[in-house]
Amino acid sequence: MNPSANFWNREAETLPREELSKLQLQRLQATLTLVANKVPCYQAKFKDSGFLPGDIKSLTDLSQLPFTTKDDLRLNYPYGMFAVPMRDVVRIHSSSGTTGKPTVVGYTKEDIRTWTELVARFMTAAGVTEEDIVHIAFGYGLFTGAFGLHYGSEAIGASVIPISGGNTDKQLMIMQDYRSSALVCTPSYGLTLADRMEKEGIDPASLALRVGLFGAEPWSEQMRIELEQRLGIIATDNYGLSEIMGPGVAGECLHKQGMHLAEDHFYAEIIDPDTGQVLPEGSVGELVLTSLTKQAFPMIRYRTRDITRLDYATCDCGRTLARMEKTRGRTDDMLIIKGVNVFPTQIEEVLFQIEGCEPHYQLIIERHNNMDSLEVQVEVNEHIFFDEMKQQRQFVVQAEKRLATVLGVSAKVKLVEPASITRHEGKAVRVIDRRK
Amino acid sequence: MKVEQISIFIENKSGRLAEVTGILGKNDVNIRALSLADTSDFGILRLIVDDSKKALKVLKEQRFTVSITHVIGVAVSDTPGGLTKILQILDKNNVNVEYMYAFVERSGDNAVIIFRFDDIDEAIVALTDNDIKILLSERITSI
Repeated sequence: MNPSANFWNREAETLPREELSKLQLQRLQATLTLVANKVPCYQAKFKDSGFLPGDIKSLTDLSQLPFTTKDDLRLNYPYGMFAVPMRDVVRIHSSSGTTGKPTVVGYTKEDIRTWTELVARFMTAAGVTEEDIVHIAFGYGLFTGAFGLHYGSEAIGASVIPISGGNTDKQLMIMQDYRSSALVCTPSYGLTLADRMEKEGIDPASLALRVGLFGAEPWSEQMRIELEQRLGIIATDNYGLSEIMGPGVAGECLHKQGMHLAEDHFYAEIIDPDTGQVLPEGSVGELVLTSLTKQAFPMIRYRTRDITRLDYATCDCGRTLARMEKTRGRTDDMLIIKGVNVFPTQIEEVLFQIEGCEPHYQLIIERHNNMDSLEVQVEVNEHIFFDEMKQQRQFVVQAEKRLATVLGVSAKVKLVEPASITRHEGKAVRVIDRRK
Repeated sequence: MKVEQISIFIENKSGRLAEVTGILGKNDVNIRALSLADTSDFGILRLIVDDSKKALKVLKEQRFTVSITHVIGVAVSDTPGGLTKILQILDKNNVNVEYMYAFVERSGDNAVIIFRFDDIDEAIVALTDNDIKILLSERITSI
């Protein structure tokens, strides 16, 4: 496989930086005009900062504009940030919000075309061709992951198996019988598949698997080595978030030197998360993205909360698009459990709703056999203590049910004695992540 | 007629039960009857003690989650079938038993059964109407 030959849109992906900047500025001006006319939230932001879309003369002028955060999305729930009427929206997706209500995003037909193109780009860069049988083990639903990869694969002309998540035995049967050659899932699920194969005595060499495209959660280089060795594949990383588009925002080529960011569709800044100041090229900081071509759900300076670094040097593959390092962490308290975004505040809300009081709690996240598990320890107090075991058990079951509904991931609730949760300077330690 | 029972939440880990009984012993609280309902994670310990006010106070001071519930004690002849008679009366009167536990009196003639009902007053009426002797609170706490 010649890594330099894997281009979906060679022209766009190798555009000289100068031309790319011109294109970005032009598209940025159009996007700012669109939101200034159509989105009340942006109208208010622009007004407050005394800004007119015409003021943008260069890309760096964008730093005068305020950020957009998940809070803005919450305040404009569900459709307040949409820039087109609903009749032009052909798709709704959503992801978890910081509290009970999710984040809602929309796409026009053109947005879906852009999304498809960008996923086709990174899948091609990762070695997928029309000869491949793409096994998509992301959950199909409101989550953007599965659909994004699905469209990209079809555009390339590969054969898609939309198996969705779960049921590992069936996944393996289909992988063996249908000859899946490209695997799409979270890296932790990739390792779960490897574990099961080992247990069942399935030799990875007997499969047709060739490449693995992993995303939706952060993973280390160590995990890459493990995935490549145990599944007998080439493993690449890709990045996206539903607020911006979903997968396709950035993805690795076969040189595995960072994820190429689709800069002709998104303008990236790296900021100091504390001061909000834009940092010089090559700094580590929080990634802030502005969409340049989106119609239904344009985002201006959206704070991704992901910490990373961008490298603007041309890659060995010939792509001029900046390369984004694997994310190094978050600037908020969001957790990614089994590929699902979880905020501790969501758990707080559920506990509050059940008994009208806010007990001390602690989240314990562990990874056994490459599967994440979430345990919510709740300190018992008079409000949630019942003398009857039936009621006490019911409380636990009810809490587990509510948490699963709100979080979209199952959680075990464990009642613990008062004052048993570790406190630091009087404040309970909310999260213990033992996966690291 | 109603007896105060204290219920304590304890995590299912070694030494916790001894912790509770230790605190009570140190404060001269005597345990009269005891039952433990448990799951793999936690348990609910129910105690009848000679001084429930004091027990409540000292356990709360040690940060235990404690509650007081009312139960009744019934003397049952310590012979085969003794309990069945009482349960039949309760069933006939549609009184639900939430849980119960038993111990034998020191004299050995009677067993004492502690009952927790969903409706304690209804249970008292049903039992007294059928000539079942409900033990006085003092009698139980001083066994």
